[in-house]
Amino acid sequence: MPRFDEYEVVIIGGGPAGLAAGLYAARALRRTLLIERNFVGGQIALTARVENYPGFADGIGGADLAQAMHRQAEQSGMETAYLGVSGIERREDGKLTLHTDAGDLVARAVVVTAGADPNRLNVPGEERLTGRGVSYCATCDAAFFPEVEVAVVGGGDAACDEGLFVTRYASKVYLVHRRDTLRASQVLQERVLAEPKIQPVWNTVVEEIEGEQEVEALRLRNVVTGERSRLPAKAAFIFIGQWPNSDFIGDLADRDAGRHIIVDLWMQTKTPGVFAAGDVRAQSARQVVSAAGDGATAAIRADHYLNDHFSERLGAAVPAAERTA
Amino acid sequence: MAKPVEVTDQTFDEKVLKSGLPVLVDFWAPWCGPCRMVAPVVEELSHEYDGRMQFVKLNTDDNPMTAVKYNIRSIPTLMVFREGQPVAQIIGFRPKPDLARRIEAVLV
Repeated sequence: MPRFDEYEVVIIGGGPAGLAAGLYAARALRRTLLIERNFVGGQIALTARVENYPGFADGIGGADLAQAMHRQAEQSGMETAYLGVSGIERREDGKLTLHTDAGDLVARAVVVTAGADPNRLNVPGEERLTGRGVSYCATCDAAFFPEVEVAVVGGGDAACDEGLFVTRYASKVYLVHRRDTLRASQVLQERVLAEPKIQPVWNTVVEEIEGEQEVEALRLRNVVTGERSRLPAKAAFIFIGQWPNSDFIGDLADRDAGRHIIVDLWMQTKTPGVFAAGDVRAQSARQVVSAAGDGATAAIRADHYLNDHFSERLGAAVPAAERTA
Repeated sequence: MAKPVEVTDQTFDEKVLKSGLPVLVDFWAPWCGPCRMVAPVVEELSHEYDGRMQFVKLNTDDNPMTAVKYNIRSIPTLMVFREGQPVAQIIGFRPKPDLARRIEAVLV
């Protein structure tokens, strides 16, 4: 449960964008609350190793980076609450009311950093077999499929990165992709195509995932020839893009066709005091470093906004004496 | 305040199956990022349900027998045991209020 009824900055979502926003807002001595629905770190917590965050020449574990970012923000006075947010409304006085699982909260500024959830294939068998071979997190589940043949679905950065991770355990990885070329970055593409355990299955979509108690096979269709086939596999790791968590914003912000929140270069939405940063915003580069940069930008602008619109401050969320070392 | 304690293949029977209170087992592994990141949430729940339910963690790398016995194929998985029987299973992570609802349902 949050300590207070009212905060100067409430951040919705605890991935890199939210953690950076929390760090900057707390260091600006704003009463700052981070609300997280599941677990802090967001998608980087699902990533075995982050190799492109500047400053870590040898890479860093995704969960290690997330924990370090979280600790840094909390040491600066940010509070964390594990809650869901279902809606936001703007009040007459310009403050914002957040509807949460634990009741309503008042925020003077809100930074939406709710990220994006993995897309589902939406094929028969997928939901029933989730956790029984169907997975959206290779770093969580790949180790449970040693020395067997598995499938990875997708052709972007996530599919290639996770596909390479899965080769540590599986004897063979079929990379099922609906096009005939990968969309991942060049360095990842080269690694994937050079990996002897990975066999691409081009121009192919999944129509069904079969299995009684656990995944046994994928039913496939070649989109060029129309030919159908059955691919025996013990697991299906699915990485086919993501869907922004932006529905709770309602009409406080405009969204693009993909439901990403439209912001200006200061991460401001059309509603004063409402900001969006990271993967949830439109035209994001969708990188850890750009998300963190977005979060810092939003928090700095939120601090300016608070200076201009509210004369008194509320004081830190967590007093220095109670901050965990 | 009861923090979740580690159980093993050797202590599972005594600490979980023969427990007087219902027990929530958090199946995790050190290489599983989300498993590490959910630890503070599970710890918060362990404080909130102190005295009504016990909370333990089982490292699936070090304790494969128990993980295989309960067919764990995805972590984090949370399972609740009552009188030696699994009565609830949550595969993958769910929001804390959902977890609380599942726990309440077992405690009724």
